[in-house]
Amino acid sequence: MTTQNHGTLTNLTLEIWRQTGPDDPGRFVTYEIPEISDGASFLEMLDILNERLIEAGEEAVVFDHDCREGICGTCSLMIDGRAHGPQRGTATCQLHMRTFSSGDTIVIEPFRASSFPVIKDLMVDRAAFDRIVEVGGFISAATGGAPDGNLIPIPKPVADAAMDAAACIGCGACVAACPNGAASLFTGAKLAHLNLLPQGQAERFKRTEAMVETMEEHFGSCTNHGECEAACPKSISIDVIAVMNADYRKAKFKNRKSLSRV
Amino acid sequence: MSIELDAKIPEGPLADKWDNYKEHEKLVNPANKRKFKIIVVGTGLAGASACATLAELGYQVEAFTFHDSPRRAHSIAAQGGINAAKNYRGDGDSINRLFHDTIKGGDFRAREANVHRLAQVSVDIIDQMVAQGVPFAREYGGLLDNRSFGGAQVSRTFYARGQTGQQLLLGAYQQMARQVGLGNVKLWNRMELVDVVVVDGRCAGIVTRDLMTGEVSSHSAHAVVLATGGYGNAFFLSTNAMTCNVTAAWRAHRKGALFANPCYTQIHPTCIPQADDFQSKLTLMSESLRNDGRVWVPENPDDTRSPDQIPEAERDYILERLYPSYGNLAPRDISSRAAKRAVDSGRGVGPLKNGVYLDFSDAIGRLGKSVVEERYGNLFDMYRQITGENPYEVPMRIYPASHYTMGGIWVDYELMTTIPGLYAAGEANFSDHGANRLGASALMQGLADGYFVLPYTISNYLAPFLNKPIPDTSHEAFGVAEQQARDRFARFLSIGGTRSPDYFHRELGKIIWDYCGMERNRQGLEKALSEIPALYDEFQKDLRVTGDGESTNQTLEKAGRVEDFFELGMLMCHDALDREESCGGHFRSEHQTEEGEALRDDDNFAHVSAWEWTGDPARPNLHEEALVYEEVQLQTRSYK
Repeated sequence: MTTQNHGTLTNLTLEIWRQTGPDDPGRFVTYEIPEISDGASFLEMLDILNERLIEAGEEAVVFDHDCREGICGTCSLMIDGRAHGPQRGTATCQLHMRTFSSGDTIVIEPFRASSFPVIKDLMVDRAAFDRIVEVGGFISAATGGAPDGNLIPIPKPVADAAMDAAACIGCGACVAACPNGAASLFTGAKLAHLNLLPQGQAERFKRTEAMVETMEEHFGSCTNHGECEAACPKSISIDVIAVMNADYRKAKFKNRKSLSRV
Repeated sequence: MSIELDAKIPEGPLADKWDNYKEHEKLVNPANKRKFKIIVVGTGLAGASACATLAELGYQVEAFTFHDSPRRAHSIAAQGGINAAKNYRGDGDSINRLFHDTIKGGDFRAREANVHRLAQVSVDIIDQMVAQGVPFAREYGGLLDNRSFGGAQVSRTFYARGQTGQQLLLGAYQQMARQVGLGNVKLWNRMELVDVVVVDGRCAGIVTRDLMTGEVSSHSAHAVVLATGGYGNAFFLSTNAMTCNVTAAWRAHRKGALFANPCYTQIHPTCIPQADDFQSKLTLMSESLRNDGRVWVPENPDDTRSPDQIPEAERDYILERLYPSYGNLAPRDISSRAAKRAVDSGRGVGPLKNGVYLDFSDAIGRLGKSVVEERYGNLFDMYRQITGENPYEVPMRIYPASHYTMGGIWVDYELMTTIPGLYAAGEANFSDHGANRLGASALMQGLADGYFVLPYTISNYLAPFLNKPIPDTSHEAFGVAEQQARDRFARFLSIGGTRSPDYFHRELGKIIWDYCGMERNRQGLEKALSEIPALYDEFQKDLRVTGDGESTNQTLEKAGRVEDFFELGMLMCHDALDREESCGGHFRSEHQTEEGEALRDDDNFAHVSAWEWTGDPARPNLHEEALVYEEVQLQTRSYK
């Protein structure tokens, strides 16, 4: 291994969760990393470990990852007990070894939530998120009948606020960080994105009711710990949960025949 | 075997072809659509939009993705924007201008009728995405904002911050999710295509492998759409996501789908250079940085001073010197080659001497740090996160990297491959970008194919099959394909060598990058064509895949994908060798002007090279589709 202008970390110890499948109780296994460049990303360190394991005839550590640019939301991991590790506003794939020091012991676990069952090792099943979107996380607009894109002006602050919420990458860190395993930040982000836009008004309350109730079937309840916002790699504000709660309350009382009246 | 390459271009003047097609295509009655099953493989922009629209129309759709969720597809990583000929700026844009820019940007190697249709439907895409709630950037008056991109003299790019791909993909994913919720789309996640099944000359379905259990199973359908992306990861290091691969396209190729122009690959000039041997991928920095950053290298190859200590007179601003009229905004292929030549001459910068500077100190001096921060803040932050260097204080280092592949499965005007009933959409097909793609056109093409083209052309194919039986999964062809797939994965597990699939992928990528990358020549390509088979041979003997085939095994998945890259890599080199000209992203050093620019040969190479699988990757069979231009005048691209 060559190192360039970066420094080198030595004598790292990894405590990695290994679990052969959903029914295996699982256990921590210790691996030594004698030397690594601090310019390596965290996942590149795992790549190097896996290369070594394969060449030694052992099974590689399974973990989810894809774009390695912090946008696809595939990567996960609890690193030293924190979703996506120690650096705020950073997905695991954007975390670099310079965040750590020589001699550190790093504990690596899968996202822990009963709604995210472990598939193998560090890989979990986050399909429950898709179920929430399928019941209402959209604006019904079948292809072909759309009016001109500039027909409805959207004030810039509204478009910006919708975009802030829409930046969610669906990684599940909010659920993993929450003591209750709640998915309020994820669901609230999608509701805030769509409910703030003029195009989203027709289905606003139907959408809110359906998504919130499906969320509650799969996930725990929010008790305002705020751990989700701290863990979110996109720094989505907990304000979106307030938008969700306000709209859910309205959804329960709103006479939908009067939806078009201000 | 002779294959008739009929592009099925409709009659009439260019501007009327698509309307003529839609007027005369065969339709399926709304109540009968549910009798047809369509499989869509891949859920990026093209796949998700096709799933949503086909299901809205009433077809039974089954969607397959190897990701955990359709929303992970690599379309999500596109940064800059999406082109559309809306002319909201009143700056002279039109469908015809977008069409001409795209044809010229592709160095006159794309099919005219397809490109014109793309420009036509581009305007509908924006309307559709706004209606779905995509939060495009807006002006204070509430109307849609635009920015400019390379290769155009108008401002036609719509964007959502630096995350346009994410927002468009989420829009298409949500429309698809709505259909999943309604029961019109059946979603199969963590499932990989391992074969395409052809019965009596028609596509009858696919064989898949469940990535959680290893179970191999068959799925039959009236039609199959491959929307499985490009093959840029053949180079190992690229800006593509880690799991992007050619497997679906390659399996179809081996079953009879011709593969077109595999040597047309796009190398993007502004990526963060490789920092170490173990690096897993490269990160793109948006093209927009070249509006204010100046590209330079030291005059003296042995200069070891820090960049701020090198005086102006000892710097070579390569793009400003070579292309004074376009300067730092020269197009992608040209800028990439200039950077490569500087590095090859020993004047590269950084610890590995493998980059060029992109320097913002002039812009910071002229505009102030706050203006630069407002324009590029998120990109500067990303650069700092990855490199640990502060680009406000030291120049960025950049180098070109594999980014997009213009080549792909050959399709006709209807996006049908040479296997009837099998379609290819988005980056997986070859049809719209010629030899070089313009910025902000990939998102446009993916959504055009899925939302506005396939839903029409598929009904034209399906209509005659109403109430006629199709082969189901009990047909022996499915059984044979399943067994071959099981045998193949068992073979990987049983080799018991010493090297991982990643080792072979990295070595293969180096060969392809060195000899079939930014600059190619006969000698290098011939060398690659002897080295790749030798490495492939070693792969067959010395591969080690640990674990088993009955649970999640990413090493085993990777082995299959690397094997397909071996065969594809050979085809890329054959194609590059055969194309004795330079055009767009394909630069043969034997074919250049005195100034070192690409030299096309329109007399001999104004055609699509469509390759047929013969069973021997060393001997592919070439078919040609002549490119006939009715509207466009062929010219030389110049940016001097």
